[in-house]
Amino acid sequence: MSEPTTRTEEPEAGLAPPANRFTATLSHVVSDLGRNGIFIALVAVIALFSILTIRGGDSILLRPQNISNLIVQNGYILVLAIGMVLVIVAGHIDLSVGSVAAFIGAVSGVFIRDFGAPWWLAILLSLVVGAIVGAWQGFWIAFVGIPAFIVTLAGMLIFRGLALVVLGNANIGSFPEEYRAIGNGFTTDWFDTGLPLDPLTLVIGGVAVIGIVVQTWRARVARLQYAQEVEPVAWFVAKLVFAVVGVGLFTFALASFKGIPVTLIILAALVLIYGIIQNRSVFGRHIYAIGGNRHAAELSGIKTRQVDFWLFVNMGVLAALAGLIFTARLNLAGPKAGDGFELEAISAAFIGGAAVQGGVGTIGGAIIGGLIIGVLNNGMSILGIGIEWQQAVKGFVLLLAVAFDVFNKRRSGR
Amino acid sequence: MRPRRIHPGPGPARVRGPGPLDPAAGVHFPRPDDDDGEQDGPFVSTPILEMRSITKTFPGVVALSDVSLSVARGEIHAICGENGAGKSTLMKVLSGVYPHGSYSGEIRFEDHPVEFGNLRDSEAEGIVIIHQELALSPYLSIAENIFLNNEVKGPLGLIDWHKTNDEAAKLLARVGLRDNPTTRIMDIGVGKQQLVEIAKALSKRVKLLILDEPTAALNDEDSDHLLDLILHLKGQGITSIIISHKLNEIKKIADSVTVLRDGKTIETITHDEVTEDRIIKDMVGRDLAHRYPDHEPHIGDEVLRVENWTAHHPQDSSRVVVDDVSMNVRAGEIVGIAGLMGAGRTEFAMSLFGRSYGSRISGKVFKNGREIRTRTVAEAIGNGIAYATEDRKYYGLNLIESIKRNISIAALGKISRFGLVNDGEDFQIANEYRRSMNIKAPDVLVPTGKLSGGNQQKVVLSKWINASPDVLILDEPTRGIDVGAKYEIYTIINRLAAEGKAIVVISSEMPELIGICDRIYTLSEGRITGELPAADATPEALIKLMTMEKAR
Repeated sequence: MSEPTTRTEEPEAGLAPPANRFTATLSHVVSDLGRNGIFIALVAVIALFSILTIRGGDSILLRPQNISNLIVQNGYILVLAIGMVLVIVAGHIDLSVGSVAAFIGAVSGVFIRDFGAPWWLAILLSLVVGAIVGAWQGFWIAFVGIPAFIVTLAGMLIFRGLALVVLGNANIGSFPEEYRAIGNGFTTDWFDTGLPLDPLTLVIGGVAVIGIVVQTWRARVARLQYAQEVEPVAWFVAKLVFAVVGVGLFTFALASFKGIPVTLIILAALVLIYGIIQNRSVFGRHIYAIGGNRHAAELSGIKTRQVDFWLFVNMGVLAALAGLIFTARLNLAGPKAGDGFELEAISAAFIGGAAVQGGVGTIGGAIIGGLIIGVLNNGMSILGIGIEWQQAVKGFVLLLAVAFDVFNKRRSGR
Repeated sequence: MRPRRIHPGPGPARVRGPGPLDPAAGVHFPRPDDDDGEQDGPFVSTPILEMRSITKTFPGVVALSDVSLSVARGEIHAICGENGAGKSTLMKVLSGVYPHGSYSGEIRFEDHPVEFGNLRDSEAEGIVIIHQELALSPYLSIAENIFLNNEVKGPLGLIDWHKTNDEAAKLLARVGLRDNPTTRIMDIGVGKQQLVEIAKALSKRVKLLILDEPTAALNDEDSDHLLDLILHLKGQGITSIIISHKLNEIKKIADSVTVLRDGKTIETITHDEVTEDRIIKDMVGRDLAHRYPDHEPHIGDEVLRVENWTAHHPQDSSRVVVDDVSMNVRAGEIVGIAGLMGAGRTEFAMSLFGRSYGSRISGKVFKNGREIRTRTVAEAIGNGIAYATEDRKYYGLNLIESIKRNISIAALGKISRFGLVNDGEDFQIANEYRRSMNIKAPDVLVPTGKLSGGNQQKVVLSKWINASPDVLILDEPTRGIDVGAKYEIYTIINRLAAEGKAIVVISSEMPELIGICDRIYTLSEGRITGELPAADATPEALIKLMTMEKAR
């Protein structure tokens, strides 16, 4: 409002008449919803299946046990999606993660069964092997210059084959209890009070709620400090309430089943760490710069090859972790493990708003994308829909999500 | 049906074989033996092409303003002008790349008005344009390229390969090529590729052939061959428009020359009046006053010295692109590098800046008297060298990212600890640059792709200033920017020099270099051909040095 205006009754900012403030808030809400369309889609999918799975006045999808299951069943896909979205942002792809997960599951089995390694050493060594696998692929991609599509397609075959070699045509079963915990464990396994609501879970949920409130408030204050535009108070509070209620209900569900799954603890830690890498680290900035314009990044002094290399090392470690969680959950390292994981992880990233050309995508989006796939899987299974239709529906959802994104971008003139 | 004409030339003008062809095709060709026009007295034939009062604007820029061009039937007509004078835009208007309706004015071809909606429309009339970057598919054969999207088909609509190769061989003979038509394009040299393009044009029964800088990428022998071919085609009645910087070439083959400057027609010179001096005068004659801010140099010690810098083409490592260049720049000094497109200016700068271009690079770089290494971009930046590219969009900016993230990307180390970026400081720095560089945007979170060219360039400059270099190499810093923003950029350059930075400006606009530099090097064919203090630099003197060719 720097230029002189003829409307003398124009009030100061913040004291706008209700009609004005309402429209301003509304336009903010609309643009916010447009930007977070994928989150709305997740809410819609949950709502849809909550209603469809109502049996005798009780929604099966929303039963505490099912909610807990949803997380544990999809944990390994979400772990992969975190690494995958970074790979995609840099303009690459990784088709090998499913095979690598199977390979690492088998390797960890060998460490425990044949070498008698303790569970923690087996896990540690398995992650190191995952890093070596990632370094192998990163070497060909970053330093030899072979497209990631080719290298990881080869990797898909190589590590599936090596998984079979390591297993020697047999499954490896019965892992130590501590190992199994990463896929099957709950906090109540260690701190069981026997109460109907697990107090530890409630405390952690409460801390999470406080964390969310404090963090969003600080972000708002910081924006105001740098004279950035902030959203209207009403909408800010509404969003905060929604988040708090959502987390609260989720906590309540977990507390009334077995507490917090260990997989969720791992996942939460990863989201926190990788969120910081994505948003605040120099490495994260470099990934986005490379994906947005590789030439410009190179000419800005970014060591693009190193970044590519370490991205794939990271992906190898996360694929290994996913393999460990999956193996722990089944208590079995088998030749079929990890089949199709790569496609689910890639779908999650793209549904979550990542762009094929690179430069765009967030970990939060990939997690939401993965959850959408997870809820679809879970909901359709409860409804007794066959695996064939589940596949087809997931395909349609992927296509629709990306089409919506393309449409949205075209409309906003980018 | 019209009886087939017997062509006295070395090959038939029509090559698509017998059949019911467009009856208009070829009938206007003058007999080849009166190609000279002057043998029968004054040049009386009606123009084949007339473009009247063409005006074409882009958002914020008038590219062509009331341009008129008249090309006589059967002549070779050259179009000259500095980069950005509007030559290519005019040819794009003519060939339908900019469709009818996107410009104002009238085009008449063969005495009737034409309104082309795309390239195919103009090709249907017999106007074919051959761009500087050849439009050939490297993995397809010569014959396949010639008949691409114009395939020779048999009765079932399937491609008749025998006839395709047969017709291609005839066309190749007309352009003086004896290669097998089944040879892949990638297996023949650039010179021959250019001839294939012309054969392709002939297959479309071309009446007006437009060549955009046809010899820019050719060696002397190939250039001579190409020029001879254009003269030979003229003998067959084909009119040509040739866009070229090389004045000696123009003098050799052109019947008339139209000079454009700043999107306007200056004049058309014909026949004997064509002299290099007159073309140069037309190309550069403009008012230089008040377009450049005053600059009082305070020149200090030498900061950067380059000795015997040589670089070869990245693919063809036998081709020298930068040839034994030695230069220096002192603190507070603005040094210009003048050169035409293809002279090796950008290649020199990029090979220097972390070997971002070329192969087999040799030479020495000294900073403040000590030899330094610039083998990677990071090393060059670490040694205080910055390079702002000629092509902002492809090499300079991440267009989908914010102003803020673009500005800080080359110097993230300054605002990070333990690998974590301090976002608040990042904001503060970006906001400071937004104010000091006058970047017009509501906030620093706007993606740079949404900014105008001038503001994008300010972001690029901010990024490099933020990297606190001692030497700034600015490659075409004002290309594609409107006049007002140009002035702002010049002011920024002056300010940086006043702060004691050593500045190298690469530009193909001579007035710009004369207006802002303290000293100017000229570059031609990869070699330094001269060094002038700005006081002695006139456009005429510069262009002579810039077009100086190796002794043949």
